[in-house]
Amino acid sequence: MAMRPSTLNSKLLRDIRERWAQLSTIGFVVAAGIAAFVSLQATFQSLEQSRDAYYDVYRFGDVFATLERAPDGVAERLEEIPGVTLVHPRLVAPVRIPLQIDGAAASRQPPIGQVVGLPPDGEPALNGVLLLEGRRVEAGRADEALLLEPFAERTGIAPGDTIPVVMEGRLREIRITGIAAAPEFVYPAPPGQAVVPDDERFAVLWMDRQAVAPAFQMEGAFNDVVLRLSPSAVERQVLAEVDRVLEPYGGRGAMGRDRQRSNYFLEMRLDQLQALSGFVPILFLGVAAFLLNLVLSRLVKLQRGEIAALKALGYRDREIGGYYLKLTLLVVVLGTFVGLGAGAWMGRGLTGFFTSFFRLPLLEYSVPFSVVGPAFLVAAVFGLLGAFATLRGILRLSPAEAMRPEPPERYRPTILERLGVGHLFGPPGRMILRELGRRPVRLLLSSLGIALALGIIVVGRFSADAWDVILDRHYQQAYLEDVSVTLTGPVDARGIREVAALPGVVRAEGVRVTSARIHAGLRWRDVPIYGYREGDQLRRLMDAEGAVLPTPSGGMVLTETLAEILEVGIGDSVQVQFREGRAQTRGVVVTGTVDEMFGLQGHMRILELNHHLGEGPAVNTLILTVDEGSMAPLQARLAQMPVVQEVTEKMAEVRRVDELTAEPQRFLVLILSFFGSVIAVGVVYNNARVALSVRSRDLASLRVLGFTRREISGILLGEQAVQVALAIPAGLVLGRVFTGLLMRTLDPEEYRLPLMVSLETYAFATTVVVAAALVSALLVRRRLDHLDLIGVLKTRE
Amino acid sequence: MSGSNPDTDTSQTSSEHGGKAVLEGRGLTRTYRMGEVDVHALRGVDFSLLEGEFLVLVGASGSGKSTLMNILGGLDRPTEGTVRFRDKDLSRANDRQLTEFRRLHVGFVFQFYNLMPSLTARENVALVTEIARDPLSPAEALDMVGLGHRLDHFPSQLSGGEQQRVAVARAIAKRPEILLCDEPTGALDYRSGVVVLEVIERVNAELGTSTAVITHNAPISEMANRVVLLHDGQVDEIRVNESRTPASDIRW
Repeated sequence: MAMRPSTLNSKLLRDIRERWAQLSTIGFVVAAGIAAFVSLQATFQSLEQSRDAYYDVYRFGDVFATLERAPDGVAERLEEIPGVTLVHPRLVAPVRIPLQIDGAAASRQPPIGQVVGLPPDGEPALNGVLLLEGRRVEAGRADEALLLEPFAERTGIAPGDTIPVVMEGRLREIRITGIAAAPEFVYPAPPGQAVVPDDERFAVLWMDRQAVAPAFQMEGAFNDVVLRLSPSAVERQVLAEVDRVLEPYGGRGAMGRDRQRSNYFLEMRLDQLQALSGFVPILFLGVAAFLLNLVLSRLVKLQRGEIAALKALGYRDREIGGYYLKLTLLVVVLGTFVGLGAGAWMGRGLTGFFTSFFRLPLLEYSVPFSVVGPAFLVAAVFGLLGAFATLRGILRLSPAEAMRPEPPERYRPTILERLGVGHLFGPPGRMILRELGRRPVRLLLSSLGIALALGIIVVGRFSADAWDVILDRHYQQAYLEDVSVTLTGPVDARGIREVAALPGVVRAEGVRVTSARIHAGLRWRDVPIYGYREGDQLRRLMDAEGAVLPTPSGGMVLTETLAEILEVGIGDSVQVQFREGRAQTRGVVVTGTVDEMFGLQGHMRILELNHHLGEGPAVNTLILTVDEGSMAPLQARLAQMPVVQEVTEKMAEVRRVDELTAEPQRFLVLILSFFGSVIAVGVVYNNARVALSVRSRDLASLRVLGFTRREISGILLGEQAVQVALAIPAGLVLGRVFTGLLMRTLDPEEYRLPLMVSLETYAFATTVVVAAALVSALLVRRRLDHLDLIGVLKTRE
Repeated sequence: MSGSNPDTDTSQTSSEHGGKAVLEGRGLTRTYRMGEVDVHALRGVDFSLLEGEFLVLVGASGSGKSTLMNILGGLDRPTEGTVRFRDKDLSRANDRQLTEFRRLHVGFVFQFYNLMPSLTARENVALVTEIARDPLSPAEALDMVGLGHRLDHFPSQLSGGEQQRVAVARAIAKRPEILLCDEPTGALDYRSGVVVLEVIERVNAELGTSTAVITHNAPISEMANRVVLLHDGQVDEIRVNESRTPASDIRW
């Protein structure tokens, strides 16, 4: 008993040495599956842990509120709210930074400035600051500031530099003492309603609160507050209480982390990554398991003679089974280790990319070893199934029978031929069809594998397609202006005329924008409300289908999703709590809904909005069309006007959106195309290798009969081509399905993208998969050139 | 039987077929490197296959007869010496030219049939007729080997002898100038073997195809016009049969 296994063990070792090339192909399949699994899981977990650690160490708040102005004493009342453990009142104020920024036209948008007050020791109790470079600001100095990193990076501003800052109309020179980052600005989204917040345009300045307060008439008062909650606190209740306390002080509505802008965008991206990191590896493991099954069953089949000989020598089935168990496990274990190493290494690279992309300090990198166990089990089970299904068939035969060569495989005419179209194919074509017809399950799984590869490549380009639609609808069809100008406050018709008279302005129109809380029963949302003048042409109210709606009158048109959230319909009345002017709450009738692609908004006629706000005819945003060539001087003129808060050139914003979305897009396209190609190569190459091994005798016989290399390659690779051809339409459909699934990770309150996959995307994905298949085919074709023509004539198989 | 002379140039041995050589090898040697030893499979063989003749090449296993047939059939090249097919030098031909030679001029029959399992009898023959210049129809070829009634059977539905007859039909369907059969009865029982030999005999007679049958089975040589005995990589003896025994009368 002890002797025999040890002899088998030596055979095992020698077999491995002899077949290492083939075995390493199998191992590689396992390794690739495990590596994809581990690297994406590690990336996602590390990002989450880094975010959590960052939020934790730098004391990111749980609840955030802004208000007009409240005396410091009000903060104590916030502390009394049940569930609140810490309150950090502070000063946050918009400033203008009249800085001419060099660079590409796309990024030449003027900065959006914001001052955030710091306590004397520079360490806020909540929403801490991570100093990356330079030193902290000195207590009591009103001319020193820390600058947020992305903006510093883009402008090249370094510690020691001085920048001009306009605070409440007064220009000051501020010295930058250090560059900083903060959990509340991981994704630095400036306030406003931009489609994509422009992180590099946002200049956050941290300054000593007490020193800078007089500039904003905020001595002994705060206009922004951050709260920490106890773990048992009910956020909804706290939010309501905070709003109640702050209401008399111009509170604009408290929000939890889920609505904090930076965290919101970070979460959205992490959610997408999570969807991918769960989905792609499962795909990989599935395909790897299938290939493992395929290749191992072939390996066992090739050893039919040896198995029969062992049986003839008196080895028991169990012992022979043990041999294959060891062989399979060895390959799977080694593949798992290699995959683990490769996955950990790839995951570190990926995590590095994403942390810098998300601007998260990389605080934690960990490989989730817990996911390896299940992955290994999946690989082992499928490998063993492949090996043992075939082994059982061989062991069932008597040794004498098993030692004889296999009888010719049984074939029959395929469905196509029975339908009477067989004559369309010559004998080589029929060989291909019958070979495929004999193994329908394998054909199905192979095609499915390739289709999945194609599908994930389609997903990679989904955001590119979605953004194309948004940019077209929003900026080309709905927004017809060249420049929009946000004013510091409302102006009357004279203000519009003043700007219209500037050189280069062709047409000037005004819009009134205000933020408000819309209630319907217990449901509410904080949204912007837009007021339009009847007869204006530059802004159009447009639905997702691209239809232009008339200017509302006698009430308000709501974004369809908003109406659904509030559970109101046309004719219902909502309570609108305005925050500007007299800050009244007014009842407004819903006159319609509009199916918009992003955001939640209300739209109404401008005079009605002015009326609700208790003001005369007034606008606070100007939209202009501009003469070609006058853009730069006009922008310079506008920037000098005291009433101007922010100037946005539409085309510059379009380019910027393009830029902002391009990098993650390129990355996603690259990584998913890579994964897709690996899957396609894995399936086609392994299939072709197995087919070659099964059919090398037939192919060599054909060569002897005078068939050329090209002709026999056509027969072998034709099978693969059919699989790929079947996979393409299926893959395109799958791509659309996956895209729909991924879109579900988008917050419906923010984005409602049409499920559009462009022809370019389909063409791109198909091209990548076909190219991957061709590469695999070429690899196998090289082997066909070295077929042993003479050997096959002397053996049966 | 008749006088043996190892150095005889077989091409000079005349027969009733006029003595014109279709295939001719001179000074053929073939050396294989097997691991660390050189194996001399052929050591200077002169050989010719004459127009329309039925030649049997007899030798024990390892005598070099398969190596010789591989070289004559354009599957292998000699280490030294020349092979000519009519006026073409095959020993200098590249892979593409050898493929062309096999495709147009040679019919092969092997010990293990080498049929395509996924094609029916008719289709296995059609495989070759589709790439030939002036072929028989697959049905004609199969008729000739007595399988006109089993056209649409797959190899797995045919007996060994039937499979080999399909292989013969496949070999002759292109009307090759040369038919090379390597141990055509090697895997068959006596009865099936004789049927296959009868078919080959008939093809030779009716189509006039120059035919070489390789075998270690000495009685088969009684069918031949000429018999070449190969021993240890050299021609041992060439003999002309004054009278041929029909395949049906051969016993082994």
